[in-house]
Amino acid sequence: MISANLSAIFYLISGVLFILALRGLSSPETSRQGNLFGILGMIIAVTVTFLSIGNFSTGFIFVLIFILLGGSIGAFIAYRIPMTAMPELVAGFHSLVGLAAVFVAISAFLNPEAFNLGTKGNINLGSLIEMSIGAAVGAITFSGSIIAFLKLQGLMSGSPIVFKGQHPLNAIILISIVILIYLLCSSQSSNLFWILLAVSFLIGFLLIIPIGGADMPVVISMLNSYSGWAAAGIGFTLENTALIITGALVGSSGAILSYIMCKGMNRSFFNVILGGFGATDNNSSSSNKEQRPVKSGNADDAAFLMKNASSVIIVPGYGMAVAQAQHALREMVDTLKKNDIKVSYAIHPVAGRMPGHMNVLLAEANVPYDEVFELEEINNDFANADVAFVIGANDVTNPVAKTDPQSPIYGMPVLDVEKCKSVLFVKRSLSPGYAGIDNDLFYKENTLMLFADAKKMTEDITKNL
Amino acid sequence: MEIDPLIFRLSIFILSIFVGYYVVWSVTPSLHTPLMSVTNAISSVIIVGAIIAGLSGNSNSIFNTSSIFGFLAIALAAINIFGGFLVTQRMLAMYKKKKKDK
Repeated sequence: MISANLSAIFYLISGVLFILALRGLSSPETSRQGNLFGILGMIIAVTVTFLSIGNFSTGFIFVLIFILLGGSIGAFIAYRIPMTAMPELVAGFHSLVGLAAVFVAISAFLNPEAFNLGTKGNINLGSLIEMSIGAAVGAITFSGSIIAFLKLQGLMSGSPIVFKGQHPLNAIILISIVILIYLLCSSQSSNLFWILLAVSFLIGFLLIIPIGGADMPVVISMLNSYSGWAAAGIGFTLENTALIITGALVGSSGAILSYIMCKGMNRSFFNVILGGFGATDNNSSSSNKEQRPVKSGNADDAAFLMKNASSVIIVPGYGMAVAQAQHALREMVDTLKKNDIKVSYAIHPVAGRMPGHMNVLLAEANVPYDEVFELEEINNDFANADVAFVIGANDVTNPVAKTDPQSPIYGMPVLDVEKCKSVLFVKRSLSPGYAGIDNDLFYKENTLMLFADAKKMTEDITKNL
Repeated sequence: MEIDPLIFRLSIFILSIFVGYYVVWSVTPSLHTPLMSVTNAISSVIIVGAIIAGLSGNSNSIFNTSSIFGFLAIALAAINIFGGFLVTQRMLAMYKKKKKDK
């Protein structure tokens, strides 16, 4: 058994190690060391908790059993998960953090003595407020992440689910959560606690169902942030510095990522959260869907164009992840490089289904990270490049965002793909992207459409090079 | 007059938000996915609360409603801790620089 002061110092140390873990991610070279700092921080936090309780009874064995049980499931998932499924995995993990926060709050509510929070039915007011906020945010994180997971996994349609009176209903529920917390804290009634949890689960579902698949980068980041605030709420209840620091770090991290994702789409956070994007814009898309001529080609034409180029820029998008084309793409690029063609990759901030999704897939396919560039770094290079190879991206290349103020994506930062001498656009069909609008790029003089599965087309091009 | 310990914790919280703000802005965008998986792993430090909850039963009855929720929370948080750190490790191991031999 160690003193409360000593354990508080150790919790502080583990909080600092977590800060260093995030700091390490500022560059790939330091990132692996950063992850080790994170692991060390976690080991310290868990060990100190054991030592400060000092109750090595039979219960302790069960704690170890449950850690091993959860740990082996986690390790199994971590090694088996394909990189393309990373967004689903992260959404699933968020739901677990949320649920764990709810369970800890329930446990503390039922047995406050164990946490030094007062007695049952007479919990310290401050602790009860912190506990109920932590539980409510945790419940929202859980049910919201479940919906995000189902949408990403394809078990639920990715299209927004909207119904009449949705926003007023959500507003009423959110207000009632605040009222419930107030009533719960003044009455200490356990019935109100369960109602609060149920209502919080409900609002989590309702908040995420109207948000479409392509807005998932924002949703995942937002839920990431929520899981942090839930942890911080519980941290206040338990008076635990490690949890408070971590909760604040994770909360602000998720908030920043949401902000970056919203900016990448030129939409306000509330616009995304209120949802329904892509479902409500049907009118504008049908009105300008006249048939325009497109040039389409085959792998042979594409190979010919690339062979005669001196520089090629690859623009990957979600379609590449769906087709699992990253390895085939890298093989194609290897062949290009053998012919002394300069190749670089251009990544739009919202390409894929989560922040950094494309970078991970390219890294998996052994693409060196110093060949991969962000939008601002590479956008001026398109004018000097010979060929742009767009694979699985759509809206993020649409020049309409720069030219047509009527367009729903007007003002969104886009890759200046059309400035290339020629554009190769791999796509299954001419169907519009998630925003429901036509891509002007399809009809440009210098665009050659390659209608095929991304992986198959890339392999065919490699054969023809 | 004594300062309420809550104020100290609130100070730590607010300062940590600022630390988080500046640290996360310095994260390179290509590592945003590992950032999410590692934040997920560290937020599972909530396991310390779960352990306290799990050990809240007395020696006669290890399992009561409160401790059962604690044990469940331990398992959930452990999935996240192991899963989160290991998958981050796996991803970070893939980020390589250009080979010089060319």
